[in-house]
Amino acid sequence: MTVTEVGRARLRKEDAHLITGRSRYTDNITLPGMLHLAMVRSPFAHAKITSIDASAAKSSPGVVAVLTGADVAAQQGSLPNAWPITPDQKAPAHPAIAVDAVAFAGEVVACIIARSAAAARDAVELVDVSYEELPVVLDLEEALKDEVLAHPDLGTNKSATWVFDSGEAGTGKPIAEALDGAEVLIERTFYQQRLIPAFMEPRSTVVDPTGEQITVWSATQIPHILRLMLALTLGIPESKVRVIAPDVGGGFGGKLQVTPEEAITVLAARHTGKPCKYTETRSESLMAAHHGRAQVQKVKLSATKEGIVTGLDVHLLADMGAYLGLVTSGVPILGAFMYNSIYKFPAYRFECTNLFTNKAWTDAYRGAGRPEATFAIERLMDELAVELGVDPLAVREKNWIKHEEFPFTTVAGLEYDSGNYEAATAKALELFGYDELRAEQARRRESNDPVQLGIGISTFTEMCGLAPSRVLGALSYAAGGWEHAQVRVLPTGNIEVVTGSSAHGQGHETAWSQLVADRLGVPFENVEVLHGDTQISQRGLDTYGSRSLTVGGMAVLAAADKVIEKAKIVAAHMMEASEEDIEFADGKFSVKGTDQSTALGEIAFAAFSGHNLPDGFEPNLDSDATYDPQNFSFPHGTHLAAMEVDTETGRVTIRKYVCVDDVGVVVNPLIVEGQVHGGLAQGIAQALYEEAVHDDAGTLVTGSFVDYLVPSAPDLPHFTTARTETPSTTNQLGAKGVGEAGTIASTPAIVNGVLDAVRHLGVKDIKMPCSPSRVWAALEEAKMTGGVQ
Amino acid sequence: MASSKTITVEVDDVSYTDNVEPRLLLVQYLRERLGKTGTLIGCDTTNCGACTVHLDGVSVKSCTMFAVQADGHSVTTIEGLARDGKLAPLQQAFHQCHALQCGFCTPGMIMQSASLLAENPHPTEQEIRDGLEGNLCRCTGYQNIVAAVQAAADGTVSSNSTLSADSDETETAGVA
Repeated sequence: MTVTEVGRARLRKEDAHLITGRSRYTDNITLPGMLHLAMVRSPFAHAKITSIDASAAKSSPGVVAVLTGADVAAQQGSLPNAWPITPDQKAPAHPAIAVDAVAFAGEVVACIIARSAAAARDAVELVDVSYEELPVVLDLEEALKDEVLAHPDLGTNKSATWVFDSGEAGTGKPIAEALDGAEVLIERTFYQQRLIPAFMEPRSTVVDPTGEQITVWSATQIPHILRLMLALTLGIPESKVRVIAPDVGGGFGGKLQVTPEEAITVLAARHTGKPCKYTETRSESLMAAHHGRAQVQKVKLSATKEGIVTGLDVHLLADMGAYLGLVTSGVPILGAFMYNSIYKFPAYRFECTNLFTNKAWTDAYRGAGRPEATFAIERLMDELAVELGVDPLAVREKNWIKHEEFPFTTVAGLEYDSGNYEAATAKALELFGYDELRAEQARRRESNDPVQLGIGISTFTEMCGLAPSRVLGALSYAAGGWEHAQVRVLPTGNIEVVTGSSAHGQGHETAWSQLVADRLGVPFENVEVLHGDTQISQRGLDTYGSRSLTVGGMAVLAAADKVIEKAKIVAAHMMEASEEDIEFADGKFSVKGTDQSTALGEIAFAAFSGHNLPDGFEPNLDSDATYDPQNFSFPHGTHLAAMEVDTETGRVTIRKYVCVDDVGVVVNPLIVEGQVHGGLAQGIAQALYEEAVHDDAGTLVTGSFVDYLVPSAPDLPHFTTARTETPSTTNQLGAKGVGEAGTIASTPAIVNGVLDAVRHLGVKDIKMPCSPSRVWAALEEAKMTGGVQ
Repeated sequence: MASSKTITVEVDDVSYTDNVEPRLLLVQYLRERLGKTGTLIGCDTTNCGACTVHLDGVSVKSCTMFAVQADGHSVTTIEGLARDGKLAPLQQAFHQCHALQCGFCTPGMIMQSASLLAENPHPTEQEIRDGLEGNLCRCTGYQNIVAAVQAAADGTVSSNSTLSADSDETETAGVA
């Protein structure tokens, strides 16, 4: 029988060292003679640096050197932005250590290099920096006015304006027609609050400058991109840089960055000639690691009286913060293709203005653009249902793409390869007990129960498997979207898989082992997966955008297939048969119509020894493959939330959460389920708990875990998760990606549920996070304005 | 620098005597002086619990204690939890229930769970959630962590718990 590893709930290979404390996070590394860094950071959100006196710090015990921006101005270059979304995009220079001015509170102005972390930290207090404060711009509407500038030298806060118009693109009708002739017009403004990725492992970098290559260990999602970008930014030949991402404690997009601190650690190591380590404190992390979301969405949706949507117009203000990080500018663009979601809208226009403010810069955070888009459209579908007085599910059903209509080219120009929204929704309704909960809701409304019940719906899709290189090129992204893999067959027949997709909690080692075990017919245990070191995995584009399985996994399968092709040649030679007569199954090569067969292990040894190989055959079976996807993949699902709102206190409780996700073919259900749980937690956190808050001076108020409310175990419910399986037709496995689904779908489900509980009391909207005080205030305001019926 | 003090601490069954600065945190002592890097630092405000260890058998956040306060006491870290090459039931349960992804919160989470079960051997789901309130996880949404603690409490953890990676052959029906 063929081994069927795919679909099996294999326990993870990754766990053994993590549950026993034998972990290899970057901060665990100690090298001989290693020096420690601490950063001096600006307390002001916008200021000129008039002078820096580091003399006291330099003579502090244990301090080896102090680097200021002026000291490294010639070497530090400007940190990269890889996504100039328009040819005229404006961006300030982005030095790792500020030279003349700072543009957000937390920006590095000097770096202490000392013999211990404590000595470095002590000396931070001794650096005397004189600032001349400048006015700050923090709000997007204010930034748009260009009265106060985040970067006066730029002359504007506008970085770029990017437009998609279905009329112009030929993917649909012009939006003006739809809006002008609208029977029903819903117009809303939604606020995507600023979030902080808040990975559990603070960022850490160790750089060893000794030897021929500079070796960089970093808590990064992107060792390959980091290597290239450090080389380009600092003017070091790429071949002289080796980047290792050892155990990495979560990323969620937050470690998809080329950070000032990484560049500074390299500069410090080169300056001293000694290994250097920098590990941020949590407070520094919350303040200076990139943030996410932070958009104002002005949306108009037109529809017929029957509830058929005729057009969608999106006007976005997107907060870049003070600088453009690696993909800062492109995050809203990833959302641009998702506003139409699962629906058949005939007309669509999207316009985004990217604006600078004096806050930490934003960039990818789990979902990156797609959660924002999904939130807006799923909120709008509920608003349309309310306007028409119909069930919100009915409105969705009327507009979504039917399963028999796939493949379907959307108004945003994407071709959705597969999907079955009906099936996922039907399953979710059944698990949820939709009708019973609606009946209970009616009873509670009737009895004026102080705790009201609301039902929130979110039907969603997303684009995963980033990304076809040609599409990225068309969107002006600097790099491609392929992934690389190598499958090595050792003389013993054991397999080494090298993947360019670098994991940080996703379980690649387990899942890739399952893929290869199936394909090559070898035991799961005999497969070793290597990743996260540019010297071992020479090529790769790393892990983000739910791309690992749908792109990286396909590269692994393609490399395994090449191994089989090579092995067939040797098998034919060994068994004195013709290649066409060799069949491969279950790890054995056999001659058609005979009982002759040879195992992969025997062929591997023959290929290794080279004693008796066909003429011209290179003595090994190792194979490389690079896979460039032809299309995105489109996981989808239906999420239902039963929300209880205490109308006397504003307290919100999740009574029940049911989600049915369709992520296509599943390699490991245990891992998929874990991804869904974690995604839900982060999406729910946006809806109910988290927000990066700044004061009027631009100082982060939520600067520690005391104030930035990452949910803990009692803040979250038990989730009911289930799946439908509609395979992607874009890749041979039929997988679609799961990393971001829960985060994308859950935020609107929760907020729709909260509003559904209190809408009859006159509440029309509540800004996220729907904290007790916000919900209570909304209820009070509704009472004052006579909202209570 | 401030004067140093001599302390004697038993950590994972080994007795150590060291001179330490009074301001040295217990977690820094464990990581930097003893090389016990299995215990991790996730925040600076005692919120995340990544640094949780046992002091005389009771969980403490080792970032909230000075090393000098551990003088004369016994500390157990995640590295000392397995005995005779056998995983502790909670370690096995975390593996079996897929209660970890990136693994960064895991040492603290396991140590806190052990303390929780010592106090309350048969907790309800809500008691487990409340008992883990001081430990943050960003990957799992806590559901499988709760399941793991429950499994350890119920004794439904596989006994095939060795430190070797071979234990990963075990197949599970998955976590509901």
